[in-house]
Amino acid sequence: MTPVIRIQSEDFDLNAEIAALTAGRADIGAIVTFAGLCRDEGGTLAALELEHYPGMAEAEIGRVATEAAGRWPLSGLIAIHRYGMIRPGEQIVLVVAASAHRRAAFEAAEFMMDYLKTRAPFWKREHLVDGSIGGWVEAKGEDDKAAERWS
Amino acid sequence: MTLTDTLAETRTRTLKLVYFAWVRERIGLAEETVELPAEARTIADLVRWLKTRGEGYEAAFENEAIVRAAIDHTHVKPGAAIADAKEIAFFPPMTGG
Repeated sequence: MTPVIRIQSEDFDLNAEIAALTAGRADIGAIVTFAGLCRDEGGTLAALELEHYPGMAEAEIGRVATEAAGRWPLSGLIAIHRYGMIRPGEQIVLVVAASAHRRAAFEAAEFMMDYLKTRAPFWKREHLVDGSIGGWVEAKGEDDKAAERWS
Repeated sequence: MTLTDTLAETRTRTLKLVYFAWVRERIGLAEETVELPAEARTIADLVRWLKTRGEGYEAAFENEAIVRAAIDHTHVKPGAAIADAKEIAFFPPMTGG
């Protein structure tokens, strides 16, 4: 099982990713997907600007994916993270975990997202509808706690 | 190469530094190449030295405990040895996902 890791500015198609993962196979019994979208924060947000560390973003998500593959019997694993300007309603991140049975797929997808939030080198900045640039989004302690429960 | 040459070479070393998000903004640079003094052996030493280089650096590392570091694309703690690192990155806690 080789995880698919992509860091890209363009949008992604969840159904196309699942179709590519399952094409010609009959061993997969469970697919769990997580898609993270950009919220409008009650109508105040015009866009999220996502900065990333090219090279390390791929490497770090790759390490998290390898860890997931070591912990659960996965048949497939996809992680796609976008960078650049992302408008409310648009997709930011996708995780797809496939396995013979549901528990491994559920847990692996959750593990991937928890670690992606705290370890993948991405930073969000808010652009507001009034034209101003808001601050950098602050990291949440609850995200660290979510990641810690896997260790 | 003589012993003197070898010693001179270990005294300073060229290193690429990269900065992201508000660390980049406060320093005013996305990346730079520096001559690292020989006494800077760990990430914490490097931060201490960087803070002597101007107000922007001081502001970026005002709260040292918050700024994260990576050596050659891998997260490291402040006590990590720089050793033969090629690229060191400094950035705020991550907010992706």
